[in-house]
Amino acid sequence: MKLRRRQRERLSLGLQYLVFIAIIATVLVAADWDRLADAFFRVDIIKSMFPTIITVALRNTVLYTLGAFAFGLVFGTILALMRLSRVAPYRWVATAYIELFRGLPALLVLFLVGYGIPIAFPEREIPGGVFGSIAIGLGLTAAAYMAETIRAGIQAVPKGQMEAARTLGMSHFTAMRTIVIPQAFRIVIPPLTNELILLTKDSSLAYVLGVTAQTIEITKFGRDMLNDRVNATPLLVAGLAYLVITLPLSQVVRRLELRYAKAR
Amino acid sequence: MTTTPSRPAVEIRDLHKSFGALKVLKGIDFEVGQGEVVCVIGPSGSGKSTLLRCVDLLEEPTAGKIWVNGVEMTDPDVEIDAVRRGIGMVFQSFNLFPHLTVLNNLTIAQRRVLRRGRAEAERIARANLERVGLTDKADAFPAQLSGGQQQRAAIARSLSMEPKLMLFDEPTSALDPELVGDVLTVMRKLAEDGMTMMVVTHEMAFARDVADRVVFMDGGVVVEQGPPQDVLGAPKHERTRAFLSRVLDPTHVAQLGQPEQSPAPPQAAGLPADDRHNL
Repeated sequence: MKLRRRQRERLSLGLQYLVFIAIIATVLVAADWDRLADAFFRVDIIKSMFPTIITVALRNTVLYTLGAFAFGLVFGTILALMRLSRVAPYRWVATAYIELFRGLPALLVLFLVGYGIPIAFPEREIPGGVFGSIAIGLGLTAAAYMAETIRAGIQAVPKGQMEAARTLGMSHFTAMRTIVIPQAFRIVIPPLTNELILLTKDSSLAYVLGVTAQTIEITKFGRDMLNDRVNATPLLVAGLAYLVITLPLSQVVRRLELRYAKAR
Repeated sequence: MTTTPSRPAVEIRDLHKSFGALKVLKGIDFEVGQGEVVCVIGPSGSGKSTLLRCVDLLEEPTAGKIWVNGVEMTDPDVEIDAVRRGIGMVFQSFNLFPHLTVLNNLTIAQRRVLRRGRAEAERIARANLERVGLTDKADAFPAQLSGGQQQRAAIARSLSMEPKLMLFDEPTSALDPELVGDVLTVMRKLAEDGMTMMVVTHEMAFARDVADRVVFMDGGVVVEQGPPQDVLGAPKHERTRAFLSRVLDPTHVAQLGQPEQSPAPPQAAGLPADDRHNL
């Protein structure tokens, strides 16, 4: 018997649904739900993690992320402008920095800032303590990535914008600051958001600097609880805590993009 | 008034401009008198836009001298930002600032360059928006305007700096035909108000009706110039005649079997590729 085209399509689709339902059903039946719930979802442990996971751990994660992002954004913008400078040595230095720091693991840079610099300059302290070390340590790497993004954004602004600004009597600097860079940042909002989300997760590296009860962030907090209770529930809660940060972030950026769309 | 009234608004002496090996301007001598309206016409690639951009130093001349209102633009020590305050420039692709409202497009340079206060800058901006018929668009963003409205806003933006000289670089070439009229009307009014204007254009009717003098350029030189009725009505040079017949009667020329000298291409084809944000 020969099936017609629509019948074949319906059959194919039906089979695909069938496979999907079969897999879900197998998992539901085969999984040992009691043991899973006991390992990952102990309500008493979840309760014991509050409010510290919000008031301390999540707060610190956000602070470290914002600190590193702010440092990376400022430094990255400077690097981007150096890359585009008419002064050749500025271009060389910026290029060398970007190539170097994009090639180093963030963890290594964090070690350098947290331990290398204090050994080299024991008499001086990095401002802001752990917060400062993390902001700078992660920011140094982030700056290298952001510099390339921002440079591309600046170059994506049509040349006519700079020309129009200059013909109105603006200096190169004023035109850059009021006309080109604001447009460049609208262009780079999506890639910079990616960077912010990456930094949110990279802030978990803070544990290598030996954080205390006051400076603990989400991952370290989750791991400490894991050791303490010999139970995996804290990891689930820690994971959800990260989503509490990153999911709304994506939403906010989507809104921003929509708002800027009409001014593009 | 800091300018010497006796000096022309624009003086150009033996101007040469090359892009690499390509010689675009090959010795231009040229003047625009105070209050004069000069239209520069010529085929694509004749160097007329480059000439206009040299006046505002958007292109660096290879050789020769340029004075604007008595200030030598080609002096390496010229205070270029200060001189440009007195020169308005209107581009083919408008180049409005897309991240600012129309009103802020008109006030930003007033405030950053002329250091005017917000209230004064807005008052002047609104007066100029009224001049170009865009009073109701002050709070719109450029992307919400039609091409003709954008170009009129760009003209108002230049006028807000109260320039003594206005340069127009094919201001209607990127516009849909039905929007050209509004922009030309604004320019004609400007000419009637006594503004000194140098206009690179393909609008022969505008040149004929508004210009005090028409300059025909071809191959990087000024071929002929004079009152519009002479240059457009009774051209002396063969090249001028050939150009005018191509522009004014393109289908007829094609029938004469000169496809290699195809009529001036539709002007929109000359749009630079980097203007996507404005279109």
